[in-house]
Amino acid sequence: MKQSRIVITGVGLTAPNGNTLAEFRKNLLNGVSGITTVEVRFMGRHPAGMCTFDPLKYQKKKDVRIGTRAGGISIYCAREALADAGVNLETRDRSRVGIYLGITEHGNVETENEVYNISQFKYDTKFWTHHHNPRTVANNPAGEVSLNLGITGPAYTIGAACAAGNMGLIHAAQMLRLGEVDFALGGGVSESPQTFGIFAGFKSQNALAAHADPTKASRPFDKARNGIVISEGGCIYTLERLEDAQARGAKIYGEIAGYCVNSDATDYVLPNPERQAECVRKAITNAGMTIEDIDLVNTHATSTPQGDIQECQAIAEVFRGRSTPPHINNTKSFIGHAMGAAGALELAGNLPSFDDLVVHPTINVDELDPQCDIPGLVINQPRPVRRVDTILNNSFGMLGINSTLIIKRFVA
Amino acid sequence: MTKEDCKKLVIDIISDIAPDEDLTAIKPEVKLRDQLQLDSMDFLDIVMELRKRHGIEVPEADYSHLASLESCAEYLTPKFAAKA
Repeated sequence: MKQSRIVITGVGLTAPNGNTLAEFRKNLLNGVSGITTVEVRFMGRHPAGMCTFDPLKYQKKKDVRIGTRAGGISIYCAREALADAGVNLETRDRSRVGIYLGITEHGNVETENEVYNISQFKYDTKFWTHHHNPRTVANNPAGEVSLNLGITGPAYTIGAACAAGNMGLIHAAQMLRLGEVDFALGGGVSESPQTFGIFAGFKSQNALAAHADPTKASRPFDKARNGIVISEGGCIYTLERLEDAQARGAKIYGEIAGYCVNSDATDYVLPNPERQAECVRKAITNAGMTIEDIDLVNTHATSTPQGDIQECQAIAEVFRGRSTPPHINNTKSFIGHAMGAAGALELAGNLPSFDDLVVHPTINVDELDPQCDIPGLVINQPRPVRRVDTILNNSFGMLGINSTLIIKRFVA
Repeated sequence: MTKEDCKKLVIDIISDIAPDEDLTAIKPEVKLRDQLQLDSMDFLDIVMELRKRHGIEVPEADYSHLASLESCAEYLTPKFAAKA
């Protein structure tokens, strides 16, 4: 069956180091981290990536009060993506627009805040807010976008741990190909740093980053890495079938070339490099490509001692046999781990490589861990390159979910 | 507490519940919903804030007393007085 070609026509994002793609990219090329410290309830100050977009750009104060941080991030990103794509929904059939947002989790922040709230009233549940249920339903971020934009097509989230950012795009492409919608907003969002539970959980796992300088706390592949920096953020793309995008003369950032989603089926937390490698290989096959066709690999590596090594093993195994390795980088070194937004944001940070022919580096590598020393790593300095025609983006998550997405330069 | 004091407390709450609204020209006799963008969830917020901030309980059967600023003052002033 001949499949429709799906293209990216708009990008809206907020990252700890940028509220537009241009600002984000500039900081990635200039080595500017977005990590600072935040006061975490019960835990003191910890490194975290917080976003500085103006929530009132697209929402009323009341909507911000009633809604969630993830909802606000989603609305900002969706509106920015639509503006970037030059699409006015007023002139479209909004029942044919889909919203598909990847999330690692949702509802923890709001539940935790309410438990804390009633703790101030001797745990009397009559002080529990009536906003709790609409704030914590898993579809909240996508639902808030539908309310804000009057979109009446399907709007829901895709729970896929930290593989979720890629999943939003993949699912959007699938729904466009199935003809379920004519226009899609796909990506991922996270409000994770607003809850102490995720910090405490990673700390109990001995997987929470600590460093005197927060901008150096996220350091994938460095020998002294000691864990994850938790970040918020969002990145939403507009996706269209190629013929629709061309009919309206849209700017095209790139084309969905192929993807794979698979599962380790081995552990709740520990990754499985064998399945990760399989995911990457299957995505390349799905794209109708070979390992020789991949120019840039954006890693998932989260700056944990074990996880980084295992992903490096997986990538090295897949690309062994190539005469020259692909360029390999990591965006979390700048922005921490934006959880459900990670895959979508990290792809966005690399998309401009198609045009500027520079690969952004992995920063904070003072001493490369020999076990992460694989061919092709771009470390500390951006690398000018002769060509980037394909970007392979990895995002992996707990319970062993893996996602790999390949975007290629658009050629008519 | 006077009725005017009570109205000020209610307006303080509404200013947080409906932060986009201009409350300077609010008409005490007119229903709040007819002059402000307030829905049923907002009225639940008003009830919650009266509970949290002032320890005042408004049973569901009495919600109609919160219709206007004047009716709020009429209904709530004795409750504030009883707590004093």
